[in-house]
Amino acid sequence: MAEAAFLRVENLQSWYGESHILHGVDFEVGKGEVVTLLGRNGAGKTTTLKSIQGMVAKRTGSVVFEDRELIRQSSDAIARAGIALCPEERGIFASLNVRENLMLPPPVRPGGLNLAEIFELFPNLQERLSSQGTKLSGGEQQMLAIARILRTGAPLLMLDEPTEGLAPVIIEQIGMTIAKLKAKGFTILLVEQNFLFASKIADRYYVMEDGRIIDAFTAQSLKANMEKLHDYLGV
Amino acid sequence: MFQFMHYPPQLWFGQLSLGLINGSFYALLSLGLAVIFGMLNIVNFAHGAVYMLGAFCAWFLLNGFDIPYPVLIHGQLALASAHLPTHLNMWWALLLSPLIVGVFGMIMQRTMLRRLDGLEPIYGLLLTFGLAAVIQGLLQNAYGSSGEPYDIPNVLSGGHNLGFMFLPNYRIFVVVASSVVCFGTWLAIERTRFGATLRAATENPKLVQAFGINVPLMITLTYGLGVAIAAFAGVLAAPIYQVNPTMGADLIVVVFAVVVIGGMGSILGSIISGYMLGLIEGLTKVIYPQASGVIVFVIMAIVLLVRPSGLFGRAS
Repeated sequence: MAEAAFLRVENLQSWYGESHILHGVDFEVGKGEVVTLLGRNGAGKTTTLKSIQGMVAKRTGSVVFEDRELIRQSSDAIARAGIALCPEERGIFASLNVRENLMLPPPVRPGGLNLAEIFELFPNLQERLSSQGTKLSGGEQQMLAIARILRTGAPLLMLDEPTEGLAPVIIEQIGMTIAKLKAKGFTILLVEQNFLFASKIADRYYVMEDGRIIDAFTAQSLKANMEKLHDYLGV
Repeated sequence: MFQFMHYPPQLWFGQLSLGLINGSFYALLSLGLAVIFGMLNIVNFAHGAVYMLGAFCAWFLLNGFDIPYPVLIHGQLALASAHLPTHLNMWWALLLSPLIVGVFGMIMQRTMLRRLDGLEPIYGLLLTFGLAAVIQGLLQNAYGSSGEPYDIPNVLSGGHNLGFMFLPNYRIFVVVASSVVCFGTWLAIERTRFGATLRAATENPKLVQAFGINVPLMITLTYGLGVAIAAFAGVLAAPIYQVNPTMGADLIVVVFAVVVIGGMGSILGSIISGYMLGLIEGLTKVIYPQASGVIVFVIMAIVLLVRPSGLFGRAS
């Protein structure tokens, strides 16, 4: 990684009640990069994103974003610092329609996408604005979940399993969207089980196991390390 | 003059208008309870007490405040009080009383109720039950239980003779004011961005906070809003029922039944059920007066048997 880290995570430890989930996670994300956290179920990938976003009550270590320490900040303050999360299982609100879901997160910085730009990326949403959020198809809900955080202007987007349970044609569309977002200058931290999907869009990869980072690859070194990776992921 | 079911129209319309008045108070109080339960998951048993505080606040604003201060008399510490005259009439009370009691509610939420976050609703119910007893006890100790009269502004005195009944202006005012507040609150929750955020925070507060919204502050403001609506109802009730420390305790049990019938947490359900049950209670007073005190609870029992989530509640 040539540039100074945009996001630097050091010795991040987290607990759910008495359960110790993250045992010291260390990694960095450079500005404009797409970085993917890989790992089997239960490796701690989602908890890592939630801990960065401040959604886990008990956490220690260091999360530095744009040279600002965030580990003791509340999740709303972290969002206002410029980190946006698209959660696992999308987090669409059933009592809100599509427009209300889309407009829910407040802008945190200038430079967010306006509605016209969002509808250019996700044309389906424009036709469903007055539908109840949870009445959309899985793919549309995923688009809504991503679109929602693009409005905020947050420069770091954390996407948790954006392809989970989606049809191949929708996965392809999400992949193209992430590529477009990268081209627009967004930095993306991705958690993904679908390695094939991640391999097409990520610049670098970190592999997690038992709440730790156990290996790292660049996109260029991926081919040479394929066997090792299959071993880690059990695929 | 025509008669319906052997009763004169004066009786029907008189009880219907009283039912509508009671329904207005049921709707205002159950609305506040629904907002608080929906957002904070707290069964706010102190709601009757803050309704009563609203009425007392209006009475203080009109008659002045007695401010206690310590004094030394022959070397002994004692309490004296200074009278602060105010003479602010009901129009001022309708504005200031919800504000003052709303701020009191927010302090209560920040200092006490917030500590119950994540616990079962029964703990909130017990705490607010205790708070209601303390507030009511303190005022009963200071002012007794006989009640203090509260005058309505001159412009609202008198009434209209409709031929079949006499309709007091103040009753019209209460029904209109409560309808405006109830449906205004419903519109604000259902049709505004703030309302959408509130509804989202009711579903998933953690995620809403992760979007950059200060949810703890929003919870405090929501509790303050619910309490302020109860205080507003208290000011409206002051000229009708007199200002009495037990006025909230008498009403709160019926209001809880209204909330259960409407559906716990349902804003529109609590408003419609409030008016509807007030009217049914009024009609029962004509047809079978002995049942008027229990009719709401009979309906609650039937609703719980047939539709446990309430008439407008979502089945979980």
